[in-house]
Amino acid sequence: MNKILQKEFHVERDDYANAGMASSQIKSTLKQVGVDPKVMRRIAVAAYEAEINMIIHAWGGVVYLDVTEDGMIHLIFQDCGPGIPDLEKAMTPGWSTASKKARELGFGAGMGLPNIKRVSDEFTIESSPAGTSIFLTFRVEE
Amino acid sequence: MLCSDIIRAVHAEPLVVSNEERLTKDYKAAFASDLMSDALALIQDEFEHTILITGLCNAQVLRTAEMLDLETVLFVRGKKLAGADLMMAQSMDINLFTTTYTMYETCGILYGQGLGSIS
Ligand SMILES: Nc1ncnc2c1ncn2[C@@H]1O[C@H](COP(=O)(O)OP(=O)(O)OP(=O)(O)O)[C@@H](O)[C@H]1O
Ligand SMILES: [Mg+2]
Repeated sequence: MNKILQKEFHVERDDYANAGMASSQIKSTLKQVGVDPKVMRRIAVAAYEAEINMIIHAWGGVVYLDVTEDGMIHLIFQDCGPGIPDLEKAMTPGWSTASKKARELGFGAGMGLPNIKRVSDEFTIESSPAGTSIFLTFRVEE
Repeated sequence: MLCSDIIRAVHAEPLVVSNEERLTKDYKAAFASDLMSDALALIQDEFEHTILITGLCNAQVLRTAEMLDLETVLFVRGKKLAGADLMMAQSMDINLFTTTYTMYETCGILYGQGLGSIS
């Protein structure tokens, strides 16, 4: 499938000051593509939750954004570890291992992953000690 | 409830007014939480008519509002953002207010005056 847009964003470990920058850039990039505002909000919410997870639970990583000719938006969040030992637990609403620092930022409700799954059209998560990857797909039109 | 009435009801002080027009806007609902992922999970519709009430006071509140397209944020217990964060709010086109009431009091007053909950 031909790509009409391709970008990547780097997310640094423990970079609390810039937490949300990548999602903000994803949002402004997609605004230029002309995404339905409702879809836009779902993408922004998913991206932000996933980006925060990369900062508070993982050692940073990269976010890949692709928009393909068939009107699909693909987001991949790939971090550098330490991985999620029990994915089933991690996907359970309310389950969290968030640090004190993460809680001070306003995170740690254990709602992020279930929410990312709910707002995306397609959701896949893979995890190993080498890192966690989340693959999300959204249709440009609702 | 008109934004100006909300401000009056809880004696709120403006921190950033990025958009004057919204001071006379009619908001239907409020959502109150110190957990941003609760807000991200629960505010789905009616976001143009919803304000966020929170005791959390940092850049993440602004980011959350940005992602949800929320226009107005009310901090409780007199919390205030400073310098760079105020500029960030301005650039995101968000209006920020602070009230000295607690979260409980703020919600009680506004709910009592007809500002509803999110559906
Ligand atoms: N990228 C990641 N790397 C390592 N662990 C992760 C990652 N993302 C999530 N987790 C683990 O899964 C748990 C659940 O994640 P989830 O995003 O649902 O909740 P949370 O981040 O703890 O709180 P919230 O997202 O509600 O603020 C986390 O507490 C953490 O243990
Ligand atoms: Mg999370």
